[in-house]
Amino acid sequence: MRESIRRWLSSLGGPSATPLTLDRRRIFVLPTAAGAAFGCALIAMLLTAINYTLSLGFALVFLLAGLGQVTLLHTFRNLLALRVRCGTPEPVFAGQPARFPLWLDNDTARTRPALLLSMPGAGDSTVTVEAGQHARIMLALPTTQRGWLRPSRVTLSTRYPLGLIRAWSYAQPDQRCLVHARPETGRPPLPQTGGGQAGARRAHDGGEEFARLRTHRAADSPRHVAWKAWARSPDSPLLTKQFEGNEAGELWLDFAQLPDALSLEHKLSRLTGWALDAEAAGLRYGLVLPGTRLPPASGATHRAHVLRAIALHGLAS
Amino acid sequence: MIGWRKRSPRVTTPATPLTPSQVAWLMAVAACALLPHASHLPAWLDAVAILLFTWRIAQWKLHWPGAGRIVKLLVVVACCIGVTLSFGRLFGREPGVALLTLLLVLKLHELRSARDGHTIVLLGYFMLLAAFLYSQTPAMAAALAVSMSVITAALIALNGPPATVRALLRQAGLMLAQALPFMLVLFVLFPRVPGPLWGLPADAYGASSGLSDSMAPGSISQLSLSGEIAFRARFDGPVPEARERYWRGPVLTDFDGRTWRQGESARRIGDTLPHAPGGTAVAYEVTLEPHNKNWLFALETLSALPSGMRMSDDWQLLAGEVVRSRRRDRFESIPEARPGHEEWSGYLDAARRLPADGNARARGLAVALRAQAGSDAGTVAAVLQMFRRKAFVYTLTPPLLGDDGIDAFLFDTRRGFCEHYAGAFVFLMRAAGIPARVVTGYQGGERNEIDDYIVVRQSDAHAWAEVWLPDEGWRRVDPTAAILPSRVEHGLAGMAAGEPVPFIARGDAGWLRSLRQRWEAANNGWNQWVLSYDQDKQRELLHRLGMRSPDWRLLTAWMAGLCALFAVALTAWAMRRGIARDPLARAWTGIHHALRPLGLGREDWEGPMDYAARVARTRPDLAKDVAQACRLYADARYGTSPPLQAARELRACARALRRKRTPAAS
Repeated sequence: MRESIRRWLSSLGGPSATPLTLDRRRIFVLPTAAGAAFGCALIAMLLTAINYTLSLGFALVFLLAGLGQVTLLHTFRNLLALRVRCGTPEPVFAGQPARFPLWLDNDTARTRPALLLSMPGAGDSTVTVEAGQHARIMLALPTTQRGWLRPSRVTLSTRYPLGLIRAWSYAQPDQRCLVHARPETGRPPLPQTGGGQAGARRAHDGGEEFARLRTHRAADSPRHVAWKAWARSPDSPLLTKQFEGNEAGELWLDFAQLPDALSLEHKLSRLTGWALDAEAAGLRYGLVLPGTRLPPASGATHRAHVLRAIALHGLAS
Repeated sequence: MIGWRKRSPRVTTPATPLTPSQVAWLMAVAACALLPHASHLPAWLDAVAILLFTWRIAQWKLHWPGAGRIVKLLVVVACCIGVTLSFGRLFGREPGVALLTLLLVLKLHELRSARDGHTIVLLGYFMLLAAFLYSQTPAMAAALAVSMSVITAALIALNGPPATVRALLRQAGLMLAQALPFMLVLFVLFPRVPGPLWGLPADAYGASSGLSDSMAPGSISQLSLSGEIAFRARFDGPVPEARERYWRGPVLTDFDGRTWRQGESARRIGDTLPHAPGGTAVAYEVTLEPHNKNWLFALETLSALPSGMRMSDDWQLLAGEVVRSRRRDRFESIPEARPGHEEWSGYLDAARRLPADGNARARGLAVALRAQAGSDAGTVAAVLQMFRRKAFVYTLTPPLLGDDGIDAFLFDTRRGFCEHYAGAFVFLMRAAGIPARVVTGYQGGERNEIDDYIVVRQSDAHAWAEVWLPDEGWRRVDPTAAILPSRVEHGLAGMAAGEPVPFIARGDAGWLRSLRQRWEAANNGWNQWVLSYDQDKQRELLHRLGMRSPDWRLLTAWMAGLCALFAVALTAWAMRRGIARDPLARAWTGIHHALRPLGLGREDWEGPMDYAARVARTRPDLAKDVAQACRLYADARYGTSPPLQAARELRACARALRRKRTPAAS
């Protein structure tokens, strides 16, 4: 019931997807509990004024009634012509909060005090936007599973200045957050070689050709360290020989090689963890999922591709 | 894209507990709401309130422990008992205000959330209303308008981000100013119901001074020390002379040897005038201050009895109910009238009655004078002659009289105020067998030149006599006028020098008098148009505004219509200020407006850089300024420089361009 009213309300001003400028059709106003109490007090005061024929009592009550009318407009005006935009959230791993940056633009020459932003699950935050400025509010949503996370509708409300009236409006952020599968904790180490190794195979050593030297990383195999170069000048940093070729130092993260006993999510979780490990080890790694094959490479972009493929595996885009 | 100003916005999480500044505002609310009540609350309650208030301040500033639950409960119980003991009950107006005071200071001790804050604010507004129960002077109204702003500012502080005191007060003032039109419309048009709606507690009306239904030596001279206003009158036509302005009040017929009281006849009340005077009537309106009695004051002699009023056999005018609030009535009187000489014989017998004994010398004198004069009218003249001849003195400070006060006054002291003369005169008449009665009321009154009202004060209280003469009927005889004619012409100011005349009644100091009259005229305007704005006044005003038959339906329609009009106007204002207007775009428009007179207005399709190039080709002397302006705009619009600052610089550029374009153009 409540939800259907809310849906109907948010449909009133047309689609509420961000970016969105709050015009008068989108802003709703109703008295708050304090406003209702104020109204009751006014009635009691009016009766007192009538009963004791207090002329100034009448004046006081009518002034307060006028104040009620005025605060309605002030509260309404506090939201009017605000612009709401949603920034692109960074991908996160399941379990980490997805952080949606929401921008409130105030292009008018008036300060917008005490704006309350709330999103189910993300809690509330209050913000004041100065004249001609903007504010960024991070809405942190908890995540539990991989895939796309679409935020629910944001309610932007205010009770300023007197707290007797609440004006509110809805905005639907147009962004979604990519949630990666949770990296498996206590996962087995990266597979060393190909063949029988579960889930991954290392490339053969044969056929590799020396390509270049680069600075040594802790995870590099000692076999590839350019010991000769180091022996010539022990003060220089340790170098690692890099080899070119299809199979040199390459790791295939293969879904099909993982033990069948693991569940789908467990397998994806392990693949995510290995992808992170491989990237940290400076290895070139490829990914094989049913229906997807990413050739070995390394670097942030590749890592993002791999993680994204794992996160969205089996999900409608 | 909009250029961002690199500044981190204030982002806070909603705070449930009140901030120290919010607490400070709420304390200010309590102080503003309670101060107007300090003077009329019982002293012990004032002390309790101050104690609790100070404790709260100590808790806030010195971090003392707050009042616990038990303490608060004890305070409530003790104060309820105290209120019951002080006022004799727990309900009603005075105890109600006392309990609200207590509630407000105790609430200060449990400020946990904004909700408690709202409670304090509502209590504060209510206490302001309650303050009007005690005083509705313009000064009080002004003081409470200030309190109103403080309370409203506190409400804003409760619901907004932290702000300076000045900013909050300004916001509150703005909102109250915007609420004023609504207040005026509602005040004028809200259908006024004659109160009260339900029975008022007995303490609803405080004591007030004025004439009473008895007269003993000293009672009127006591009253005449007061400059308080009894009533005001405004005449439609010319104002009768001061010596003709006898405002008739209680008529006293019973005498017990010392005090004159209302008799049996005062309780015989009819709905018609018992007399039928002839002559030209003057019409006037009397605004009577509440005096908690049921009689009214009108000029002698009334020619018609207004509806809703009645008259006793003594010709004393009575209202339907006790006068507990200021009331306004219209009368018509004939000052020089001689009412008819019909009188019921039983009444005349009562008007000759005296105590069985006492004042023997006066009785002897009366009989002798009657025998000497030979007629009733002659006796009256003889007594007045005696007052004039025998060195009687009119004074506010007569010596005390013992038993047989009339004898002592007539033969020994010969000093007295109007009540002595009226009393002694009526005694003598009755002793001579002539029906007579004492009439109390007011005499004269001062004319305020500012608003032409006749102001009648308690110091104008007076007592005179009426005697019944066979051919004439009742005749007014004022013995005071015989001794000191100036008393009835100029009021107390006409008294002998050296008398302690109350300051207000003195005739000197012209500028002071004019100042006082101005002040009182303003006060009267306030009373007439603000405080006494009732059903009648409302009808009168609306009639003047052209509403022929204003009933409540019409009033409500007008009220709703006008309020809607104001709301629309206010909405238009809010929308105008609310619609997004890009300051940068406006400043940019200012640039090409400055160049338009030179035929160099910007075309819609032209970007800033193209525009700058075109202007530079035509007017190389302006090239530098235009190029700078265009760069400023482009940087703010498409780059990262802050738009508000760019707008400011653009406006300066536009000014410079306007200055420079003229010499080259001419």
